[in-house]
Amino acid sequence: MGSYLVRRFGLMVLTLFGISVIIFVMLRVAPGNIADILFDAAGFVDPSEKKAIMVQLGLDKPLVVQYLTWIGGLLHGDLGYSYVSDRPALAEILPRIPVTARVAGLALVFAVLIGVPLGVVSAVKQNTKLDYLLRVVSLSGLSLPAFWLGLLVLMAAVAWFGTIPIYSEAPKTFWAALGMYSIPAAVVGFRSSALMMRLTRSSMLEVMRQDYIRTARAKGASERVVNYRHALKNAVLPVITVIGLEAAFLLGGLIVTETVFNIPGVARFLIEAIRWRDYPIVQNIIMYIAIIVVLINFTVDMLYAALDPRIKYSE
Amino acid sequence: MSTVDFRAELAKAGANVDSRWSALAFFARRYPLGAIGAAIMALFVFAAIFAPLITLYDPLTTNASLSLARPSAAHWLGCDFMGRDVYSRIVYGARISLAVGIGATLLGGGIGVLIGLSSGYFGGWLDLAAQRLIDILQSLPLIVMALLMAASLGPSLHNTIIAISIALIPSSARVVRASTLSLRELQFVEAARAIGMSEVRIAVRHVLPNTLAPLIVLGTAQLGATILIEATLSFLGLGVPEPHPSWGRMLSESAAEYVRTAPWLVIFPGLAISAVVFGTNLLGDAVRDILDPRQRG
Repeated sequence: MGSYLVRRFGLMVLTLFGISVIIFVMLRVAPGNIADILFDAAGFVDPSEKKAIMVQLGLDKPLVVQYLTWIGGLLHGDLGYSYVSDRPALAEILPRIPVTARVAGLALVFAVLIGVPLGVVSAVKQNTKLDYLLRVVSLSGLSLPAFWLGLLVLMAAVAWFGTIPIYSEAPKTFWAALGMYSIPAAVVGFRSSALMMRLTRSSMLEVMRQDYIRTARAKGASERVVNYRHALKNAVLPVITVIGLEAAFLLGGLIVTETVFNIPGVARFLIEAIRWRDYPIVQNIIMYIAIIVVLINFTVDMLYAALDPRIKYSE
Repeated sequence: MSTVDFRAELAKAGANVDSRWSALAFFARRYPLGAIGAAIMALFVFAAIFAPLITLYDPLTTNASLSLARPSAAHWLGCDFMGRDVYSRIVYGARISLAVGIGATLLGGGIGVLIGLSSGYFGGWLDLAAQRLIDILQSLPLIVMALLMAASLGPSLHNTIIAISIALIPSSARVVRASTLSLRELQFVEAARAIGMSEVRIAVRHVLPNTLAPLIVLGTAQLGATILIEATLSFLGLGVPEPHPSWGRMLSESAAEYVRTAPWLVIFPGLAISAVVFGTNLLGDAVRDILDPRQRG
């Protein structure tokens, strides 16, 4: 286990190095930089002034130096300065994280509470009308674009309540926050709950075909005990993996949902920073996402090795 | 990796296998949801190909007097802010979704196949390098990777296809690599080698065709995801730019502010995206059940 952990950790660091290079290079070859955008907006270009800005932002140095400056700072918690606001990138990004984390957390709770039980029901009642209905609903959950679902919710709110439930000011009490975040969280979580449901269902069905389930039936265990004690327990492992991964993958839904509901989270900030070519913000947020994904993968692998004795963790 | 003999399967199940149509009808009865998905996809492809024949207006022609016109007999789904016919834009938009969906799936899948096949078949340092590359490409969620690439390449139809295809590479590479690893140990590979076939030829002519079933399953499943990502990128203004009638782009123009004033601009493009993605998902499930019976739910 020890050597597996070390090896796996080494690969994780290698992966993070690789993705950091890709992020950095892709953003540097992007057409147009901040100096161009600032000067386009001003409408008048003085080459010497433009050069001064490039020097001030460190854009005149070779790419390798720029990259090393970024990574060196990253390791010390210095993320550089936002081109647009001139404030430290960390101070721009950090306060936005809790907002996104709240929506994501609520969405995940929503997804697990709805998706897993429905998946179990769907598997136990396989090929009944209920199963077909649940499968169609979950497939539609995977088919609706999150931003459209968000817009439909806004539209329904306008039609029925006459107001638009978008974020206007920071909620003051816990309950106000819960009310504010739960609608976008439900919109984001709908897709994840569909995914959880499908996964729980197929995992349950897979387990229910195993010999030990037949054995449990043969020894006279009731359907309830077979389904919930024997099958569910074994079916839950792959579901845990996806819950872990989904925490990171919720981001796709969060980016558009935060945009639609005007929530000042880190996902919407990423899109704004991309529009402004604010590299320090963009590269740090994307790197932060990569770190989370890789860490979650690592943790899930370790959990797997610890939870499932059948998995061999030596080469 | 077992191939399925459809005729034998059908005959065993009591179907009339004499004509293609009756076989099709049999599949439709056996997989009703898949048949609905196939019908939606057929309609989608039909709309994309014959767009000029089934619309009355040009999707790009603006008309100030029709700005935000309500749905009417002349303009079934109303008009947008610039007075362009929404129905025509949705029908022509099918071309963009189809182009991006098929283009990105084929391009990303093709590169993934190349990486997966060579790393799985030849092994060694090639395999190690390929696996690290896959790890790296997978360290960002699909949508974030597509976003990064789209932001880097700039908004255009071609760049959107390239951006999404890069994000799609790892999954097909992994699927092909996994199948190749078990296939290369089989006797027919040894036999091909014994008669003096070159390694590259064996990999392409004998191993690759046997990885097709899981690839097709993956491809159909990914088609819907690809269309959804294109819509998301375009919605955010990073995908297919104006004046192309991309479904996602149509929604971004009409976002929030038209929720009150012109709901038809919000409802119909989203309905088109959802219906097509729903169709690919239904079809994808059926294709998986047919080609990969071990995963059958």
